[in-house]
Amino acid sequence: MTTNKTPYLIVGNSTAAMGGVAGIRSRDAERPITIVARETEHVYSRPLISYFLAGKVDEDGMFHRPADFYEKSGVRTMLGVEVTGIDTEARAVRTSEGELLEFEKLLIATGGHPLVPSDVSGRDADGVFTFTTWADARRIGDFIEAHDVRRAVVVGGGLIGLKSMEALAERGLDVTVVELASRMLSATFDQTASDIAQHHLAERGVEVRCGTTVSSISSGGGRVTGVALRDRSSVPCGLVIFAIGVVPDTSIVAGTEIATDRGILVDDTMQTNAPGIYAAGDVAQATKRLSGEKRALPIFPVAFRQGVVAGSHMAGGARPYEGGLAMNSVDVFGLPTISVGITSPEGDEHEVLSARDDAEPSYRKIVLRDNRIVGAIFIGRIDRAGIVTGLIREGVDIAGFKDLLLTDEFGLISLPTEYRKHVVSGMGIEV
Amino acid sequence: MSQLRKWLVEPDFIVVRDPERCIQCQVCVRQCANDVHEYDSDEDVVLSDSSDCVGCHRCATLCPTNAVSIKRAELEFRPHGNWEAAVLRNLYRQAETGGVLLAGMGNDQPAPVYWDRLLLNASQVTNPSIDPLREPMELVTYLGRKPDMLEIEARGVSPRLTTTLAPQLELRVPVMFSAMSYGSISYHASIALARAAAAAGTFANSGEGGLHEGLREYGDHMIVQVASGRFGVDVDYLNVAAAVEIKIGQGAKPGIGGHLPGEKVDAGVSATRMIPEGTDALSPAPHHDIYSIEDLRQLVFAIKEATGYAKPVAVKIAAVHNISASASGAVRAGADIVVIDGFRGGTGAAPMMIRNNVGLPIEFALAAVDSRLREEGIRNQASLVVAGGFRSSADVVKAIALGADAVYIATAALVAMGCHLCQKCYTGKCNWGIATQDPYLTKRLNPNIATRRLVNLLNAWAHEITEMMGGMGINAVESLRGNREHLRGVGLTDRELRILEIKAAGE
Amino acid sequence: MKRIVIHEEFCIGCRLCEIHCLVQRSKSKKIIKAFRFEKDQIVPGVQVEQSGYVSFALQCRHCDEAPCIEACLSGAMYRDPETGAVLCDTDRCVGCWMCIMVCPVGAIQRGAEKRVASKCDLCMGEEVPACVANCPNEAIVFVDDNDDE
Repeated sequence: MTTNKTPYLIVGNSTAAMGGVAGIRSRDAERPITIVARETEHVYSRPLISYFLAGKVDEDGMFHRPADFYEKSGVRTMLGVEVTGIDTEARAVRTSEGELLEFEKLLIATGGHPLVPSDVSGRDADGVFTFTTWADARRIGDFIEAHDVRRAVVVGGGLIGLKSMEALAERGLDVTVVELASRMLSATFDQTASDIAQHHLAERGVEVRCGTTVSSISSGGGRVTGVALRDRSSVPCGLVIFAIGVVPDTSIVAGTEIATDRGILVDDTMQTNAPGIYAAGDVAQATKRLSGEKRALPIFPVAFRQGVVAGSHMAGGARPYEGGLAMNSVDVFGLPTISVGITSPEGDEHEVLSARDDAEPSYRKIVLRDNRIVGAIFIGRIDRAGIVTGLIREGVDIAGFKDLLLTDEFGLISLPTEYRKHVVSGMGIEV
Repeated sequence: MSQLRKWLVEPDFIVVRDPERCIQCQVCVRQCANDVHEYDSDEDVVLSDSSDCVGCHRCATLCPTNAVSIKRAELEFRPHGNWEAAVLRNLYRQAETGGVLLAGMGNDQPAPVYWDRLLLNASQVTNPSIDPLREPMELVTYLGRKPDMLEIEARGVSPRLTTTLAPQLELRVPVMFSAMSYGSISYHASIALARAAAAAGTFANSGEGGLHEGLREYGDHMIVQVASGRFGVDVDYLNVAAAVEIKIGQGAKPGIGGHLPGEKVDAGVSATRMIPEGTDALSPAPHHDIYSIEDLRQLVFAIKEATGYAKPVAVKIAAVHNISASASGAVRAGADIVVIDGFRGGTGAAPMMIRNNVGLPIEFALAAVDSRLREEGIRNQASLVVAGGFRSSADVVKAIALGADAVYIATAALVAMGCHLCQKCYTGKCNWGIATQDPYLTKRLNPNIATRRLVNLLNAWAHEITEMMGGMGINAVESLRGNREHLRGVGLTDRELRILEIKAAGE
Repeated sequence: MKRIVIHEEFCIGCRLCEIHCLVQRSKSKKIIKAFRFEKDQIVPGVQVEQSGYVSFALQCRHCDEAPCIEACLSGAMYRDPETGAVLCDTDRCVGCWMCIMVCPVGAIQRGAEKRVASKCDLCMGEEVPACVANCPNEAIVFVDDNDDE
């Protein structure tokens, strides 16, 4: 069974897909776009699922585009439909409903799927969840209500774990976080930042157990009753959330010649090694700006930008991808934190500047290499952090104002005039 | 570093702050170059120490709630016809400092302003007035030597002038910007004057500070000065301008030279004047190569030679006794334009005693010189330009009626740019960005805004002049020039009327 | 679109722009009342940066390719189709501060209660933004960027 060939086919309906639509429409306002996605909801913001679970955002607040978005953008949607495979020769995808959708250009934006450790026994019990979709948020919320859950264990002390923990605490649960590494947020923070964050959480009654992980889950009557940790201790609980990471969902390209590593490999136009087939977002493995290496970078604005680049190239554009920058902004129980780029440098080619005030608390760290900023952490005082992000992105030589970087007065005025002009592109500050 | 307080010297002004209106926004704190206002963060209140207030009104003008006003200091002396408060203050200051009293801007003493005693005519019954909005009014003025005789070759339909005319400056309005040196005023002020002169079809005088690079493009509308210090004078300087003016004297300080304090000589001023940064720029009293009228003639012609006889050369003298003889001598020395500067003329810095006591009112000087040159039959050989405290278009019209070809304004131009006549130009802390080189302060004078204001001023005056002329039944400034019949005097003595050669009101 | 253009060479550091932006964002819209009763609850959309005699006012550039719109998790940052301004729907804002992290000019602040983002909105509804109208030295001007070509 075949249908008419669609000029632009996008598999996925989240951030990268929205970028794709924007990218395509920036060059081609006319020709139709088709979106096929497993999830049934109108496009929503995935990072907000923890806010939804916490009750901070309602149904309407979850949607990331207005209700008439698809119609106004000339997008036909097939939601709740899974794509099971791609026929690169026939230039078509197979759906779970048995349809063959032909395309001129294809964008794979299937995102990632959550990791669940295979060696934890008892993980099939009721009350054990992963947390990556809105549906997950609803299920967890319903479960808490239905069973009056009081205690929870969150496995994973990274960003998702942290936001999960916050949402549960907001709902009045006692939460214990279990983290395998010696410190929480080890992927984005350095030791000092982790210490400050952990101290901040401890002051608010949140327990974080580092250097250990869950070895087994106990249940009674089919439902979770507690977990046992590797150090032999145990924590009673009525809910377990696994938040140990996400891997690119590359299953769609299985059996094709499309090259993958951890994710789907793409060049700087977001194209895979199959012509006319692109990938963007959490599923893609694209160039990282600072290292030049290809890595998966599951970060919201990166996913969107990759989608835009892919879409623009699908419609004939030529502007190359500038490379992704690791960046995260997360509020840890009221303590704002921002981390960008390389925050825990290895080797001795890096210079580190930092300023710390535990009373506020505030911590600011700048990582330099060859007098260029390659990483930064801001905790507490996050104001105007974007200026530093810009300096990292543009690789600006900061030698002339290195001593101003951590001062309170640091701003655009500290930067050389020419760079300042470039930042505002002549439509702002005229010097 | 604290200095011994000068106990006898009291504040001239007091700052009055309305606590109901003050919102502690601190704009006044940031804007006062004399640090009069200070924010006390403990009490969340702005306090003002009036002792350093110079009465420039910067704070009051910018205050967003109009919470600040400036009043004269209220410390009142027992009234005395001889020992007035200002006199006492000067004595206290000299007793504490032992120095020469300095002043900025022009003579502020209450001598009579004779323009206010001259009244203009208007047409009525027999000689109808002209509506300047409906009839063409000619304000165009030519400055330069006019020939003794015109020879015209009448050939066919169109006659041809065969007399060679001396170089002329063409003005669209008989008002020019008088000499203000770059150094005494900021670069922004200089450039605004040049641009406004170009836009309005008139001229700006560079003053004795040389011509900054940035002003060279306006050379067609610049008159450059050769003063006793010869700052910035080289052959390019002379050739880029439309005319050259030899400054012999200045109305604010006749008989003495000029002084620009080293604090006002920054990199730009240094390069333009060709003197080292930070050194005082002293202009000697006389030109050291002019000790007789013949020497003056030699310099006039040296300049004409250097500029290929293509530009008018002016000679500027201060209005002092025997001004008529000096003016006549200047004309015979070859000057194409004679500029007379009266005792109300402004300055960046002058000893107060000289500023207030030396020199004559321009009204008399003008009348005397114009009459003398006519008597000698040489009035056509040079245009007469007058300067010194011209405040309005009415002053201009009266001056032309008394015999002037054109009028130079300086103080009025500065006021148009924002000057509040606090008379502290010599400190280099002009809060309006005019009489300073401090980059923090010069930013305050946006040349675009200043140019606009100056052009507005000239346009307004030009319009008013045509209104007054039309009212008199005149449609060309030529017909007003020297036409003393259009003036009547009030409150003038017989002698004064005779010197001015005008009738009294009622005659 | 009409944009705010800043002339660093004319800025005198008086901060009247900040003052009038605060008044514009106040409920009372009257300067004395606003400063007396509302000052602590308002973050101005414009901030003056100063170092020595160099100073300039800085507000959101309403960039054509706004990084804040791309990074906004909740869709609170959006572009007003009429004016072209980048606006923040504070009802949708969840205070994640992604916008602060990506704004290259640092024009976004945390609001007075540190809950939602705060930035210049081009004085929506006004013909001339308050900072432009009240700069005493024309260091902030409002121009149509079509005129520049």
